[in-house]
Amino acid sequence: MDRKQCCVKLSVQPARGLVDEKFTVLVQNAPPGSQLTVHALHQCEDGYTWEAFAHYIANATGTVNVSEDLSLGGTYSGVEPMGLLWSLRPVPGSKPGLRMRKMNVQTPLEIRISVYQGHSTEAFITQVPLTSVFVERWYMAPGVRRVPITEGGLTATLFLPSGPGPFPGLLDLWGGGGKLVEYRAALLASHGFASLALDYLTRKITLETGKMVDNQYFETAYRVLQQHPQVLSSRIAMLGLSFGTCIALKMAAYSQVVKLRCVVCISGSHVQPVDGSVKEILEYFQRNAEKTRINEENQVIWRDLLLPIPTDPALKVDVGRLQCPVMLVVAEDDQNWPAPESAQDMKEMMEQAGNSHLLTILSYPNAGHLIEPPYTPHFRASSFKTVGQGQMVMALWGGDTVPHARAQEDAWRKMLAFLQENLYGSTKPAATSLSHL
Amino acid sequence: MSQTIPPILSVLPTRALVDEKFKVLVENLPAGSPVTLHSLHHSEDKDYWEAYAHYISDHKGTVSVAEDLSFGGTYAGIEPMGLLWSMRPVPGSRTGLRLRKMDVRSPMLVNISVYSGHKAEGFREQPPLASVLTERWYMAPGVRRIDIKEKGVRGTLFIPPGPGPFPGLMDMWGGGGGLLEYRSALLASHGYVSLALEYFSPGELQSADLEFKYFEAAFNIVKDHPQVIPDRVGLFGLSLGAVVTMCLAAESTITKPRCCVCVSGSHIFPRGETLSGIHKLMFRNSHKARVDENNYHIWRDLNLPITSDLSMKVDVRRINCPMLLVNGHDDQNTPAVESAEDVAQMMHTAGNDHLLTRLHYPDTGHLIEPPYSPHFRATNFIMESTKAKDEMHQKHVILLKWNFSKET
Repeated sequence: MDRKQCCVKLSVQPARGLVDEKFTVLVQNAPPGSQLTVHALHQCEDGYTWEAFAHYIANATGTVNVSEDLSLGGTYSGVEPMGLLWSLRPVPGSKPGLRMRKMNVQTPLEIRISVYQGHSTEAFITQVPLTSVFVERWYMAPGVRRVPITEGGLTATLFLPSGPGPFPGLLDLWGGGGKLVEYRAALLASHGFASLALDYLTRKITLETGKMVDNQYFETAYRVLQQHPQVLSSRIAMLGLSFGTCIALKMAAYSQVVKLRCVVCISGSHVQPVDGSVKEILEYFQRNAEKTRINEENQVIWRDLLLPIPTDPALKVDVGRLQCPVMLVVAEDDQNWPAPESAQDMKEMMEQAGNSHLLTILSYPNAGHLIEPPYTPHFRASSFKTVGQGQMVMALWGGDTVPHARAQEDAWRKMLAFLQENLYGSTKPAATSLSHL
Repeated sequence: MSQTIPPILSVLPTRALVDEKFKVLVENLPAGSPVTLHSLHHSEDKDYWEAYAHYISDHKGTVSVAEDLSFGGTYAGIEPMGLLWSMRPVPGSRTGLRLRKMDVRSPMLVNISVYSGHKAEGFREQPPLASVLTERWYMAPGVRRIDIKEKGVRGTLFIPPGPGPFPGLMDMWGGGGGLLEYRSALLASHGYVSLALEYFSPGELQSADLEFKYFEAAFNIVKDHPQVIPDRVGLFGLSLGAVVTMCLAAESTITKPRCCVCVSGSHIFPRGETLSGIHKLMFRNSHKARVDENNYHIWRDLNLPITSDLSMKVDVRRINCPMLLVNGHDDQNTPAVESAEDVAQMMHTAGNDHLLTRLHYPDTGHLIEPPYSPHFRATNFIMESTKAKDEMHQKHVILLKWNFSKET
């Protein structure tokens, strides 16, 4: 047994962190100048194995600091403090088209971080690491409460932040894949927003009868949030991704009931039949289905279904009517929705209407459609089934891993700041101290 | 609409090891507003512990506990971790309490809150402006906990995550007895296989029949463990555990520790007898015990002055591994500093004092524990139980001067 090897120390701080918190990975006591591979391993809820790894060289004191040192290669290179997480990909030989999503947010993601001797690129499972630690990544901060909501016929989950409240509220909508996806709402609650994750496409009744929800469903969700004793009724926002953007914009522009403090739209569009609800939007897509493209890898590209951006006002939300701040998060390599073109059109509409001062567009080069909370993996395509479709296809989302990871990190930070300013802010410090006089 | 905008309170990280620092930040307050930061913990014994401090927000409406001054409360000045180490039982609590986590598999839950104004009481009567829950863990993720009941040895073994092998430690507490796991759990979280050893039950010291054999067997359990590097096993002891550590290091022919850490111990020990001998020694000198004006028992004089009779002291001249002595100048329980001085002299005469490192802290008491945990001037301490199970335990209260002291 080589004594020197077995005393290599590895520490990750914090060992238990929120999904959007940074960590530092420090290797110490390695032979100076030695070649080391730092490796991350995760088994997701579906049972698939994901890994990331990077090659380093220990310095003169036998240390590798992932936050400061250069990775010489692996699933990421360069100085990347969080590369071990965002560059995770399914281990070689895995089923194609996998996507990592945590459905049970009450337990953490568990990642094993290890150090291996030498610069390995494969077969980590056959080697014994020099040292390993376990790291937990949580969507829920301690004290965040998870409350299933069924009143008003809703299929939803409310996440309440720790503390007495009251808190600003947020309606959180995912896209065309449906299901009740909780993790983003859980994370937002960990940042002080009472967040309602809403399933609007795959409720039991829809799956059984095919009947889609109407606009009242979203107004009911808004009311439930508004009337909750721990929610500040005048400080509610909506956040939508992909199809969720359609709903968010429709509600923000036209609903008499839904009064939003601000709106965040990720990877979406304003193009939809103005009249009607979910059913009509899906039918619009169906009518344009022949514009679907399939590339040489048999991946499905849906961005053209909404192109060209129509000039007919009946076919796009009149964003000139919006009266609250809007943030559009756009990926320039979005192969699933024409988000960049839509953002451009929305900007022009708002400039003409005179409310473009409300608009912020964050546009990320080489990022793909699924802009999710940071430090989570990127996949250029994955198996996907839209509601209303028969079979699973390989949907092309787009984007390259490194720019996509940067987009996720940057967008999340800016989204949180935007939500914080609009939902918690408006008490200007200067104004308050004057009021003491 | 009279719903006011709450401030934003954050604690980073929300889940941490007990010896890790955190940052407490309040934002979105009105500028220049007085607030009270408050911590609350409901212990396993069902007592409430709290700390609080008075702050004033800056022009941006922010209070940063790591950087700002506390103007009063249970701590003052810039104290990033003051909300933890200055916790004390809430007014009206039982007396003589000590905060110790017995179940290390779950975290200590501490509620951090911010209240309007500078308050010193009534925290339960009005709701705070904001509150977050933070977890303080003794066990890092992946640390394994294994009950040990073999070869007559009783304890709990904590093993770090990973393939190992790891250096090892045998961890011994003091005269209160029982099985305390938290320090070993924390040491394992730092990469040591650590055995928390139970060597007598609370109140049973006098009847405990402890010989070197027990400790040697326990040490071997660590040394022989497949995930332990056999020649890298150390000893860690506090109080009576420190006495045991020095005895083993000096006298045992079987136990060869790689190094020793002795916290608040002494080397006064009648050589050759079993450990229960130490108890007899104390009763021999019990006329030297003092009781102060609060009826607290002070035992430091029982072994003073330090005897020159070599047969009454551990022969530290025979210790041949590095040893660290950690003591408080205000230890009222054990004459730890005087003992350390004598140890240094003895080792000097033998020419092995290069192995000795002494850390002495001013205004520090006997119970030098892992950092950021509260301190107690005096606590209840079970001396000896009476024979019948349903008779009350006789309790003595020991004076320990308080301070915020950290383990190095």
